[in-house]
Amino acid sequence: MAVEGDLVQMGALIGAGLACTGMGGAAVGVGHVVGNYLSGALRNPAAAAGQTATMFIGIAFAEALGIFSFLVALLLMYAQ
Amino acid sequence: MSAEAEAAGNGFNIHPMDQFVVKPLFGHGDIGVFTITNVTLWMGITVLAIIALLVLGTRGRAVVPSRSQSIAESIYVFVHKMLEDIAGKEGLKYFPYIFTLFIFILVANILGLIPGAFTTTSHIAVTAVMAMAVFTTVTLIGFYKNGVGFLGLFWISSAPLVLRPILAIIEIISYFVRPISHSIRLAGNMMAGHAVIKVFAGFAGALGVFSVFPIVAIMAVYGLEMLVVCIQAYVFAILTCVYLNDALHPGGH
Repeated sequence: MAVEGDLVQMGALIGAGLACTGMGGAAVGVGHVVGNYLSGALRNPAAAAGQTATMFIGIAFAEALGIFSFLVALLLMYAQ
Repeated sequence: MSAEAEAAGNGFNIHPMDQFVVKPLFGHGDIGVFTITNVTLWMGITVLAIIALLVLGTRGRAVVPSRSQSIAESIYVFVHKMLEDIAGKEGLKYFPYIFTLFIFILVANILGLIPGAFTTTSHIAVTAVMAMAVFTTVTLIGFYKNGVGFLGLFWISSAPLVLRPILAIIEIISYFVRPISHSIRLAGNMMAGHAVIKVFAGFAGALGVFSVFPIVAIMAVYGLEMLVVCIQAYVFAILTCVYLNDALHPGGH
């Protein structure tokens, strides 16, 4: 029984570690948003200032999916 | 505490998660609903700091503003412009709510960066209450303003008819996920950033003479955190504006 509990704990911790790979996806997403904003802004600097808010909204949405992996890690570690 | 025992076993003298432990301010009893804890203390300090900034800052109402008046006025104008840009003129009716959310999160985040302070916004319990309040308010406003037409938010009339039911399911899921992502984004960013600083502080304690490197790293991370706390307050407020805009103009996208 104790061994079984340890196995479950081990699996949960490995899963929590694997969930951290979701960070990479969020990083790619945020980098993509900001990179495209910057390349657009350098082509047309006059229109750039009006679009910063849109960029931040895009960052927030891209980041949200990385946060779900954090949530999964938290659930695996503490909610069983 | 188990965290302290773990820290002793690891050879670190501080555990990175110790700073997020909710403790009663007086004595060592259990935490009930009305127990005064360090969260209560730092929320109170946040509110007092905001009152001091806004009341004392705008008391003089000089034409050439003093420093505190200028800070108070620029935060006000910043939030006002953000709300007007995103939610339009009708959104300005809800300006006090957005402004309260923004300035509370901003000041709570910044005060949390003081070494030894408690970051109230790093707790999901705190941010989830704010996010659920935003979610409930926005849904109620949407149904009050548009009636059943608010459901048009999920039925995208510009998409092909075959795709609409599938899009409706996706839209409904993304609508109900909003309070979760809204709250965990703020709490997760605060918790992760502060834990990183503490992890580097643990290295500094363990390395002896070479602790100068972790200390330089802490300074760099602290600068980054200063940026992150402001951006997260901004993101929380701007997403509230976006949700409000969805409620006011559901067919707008």
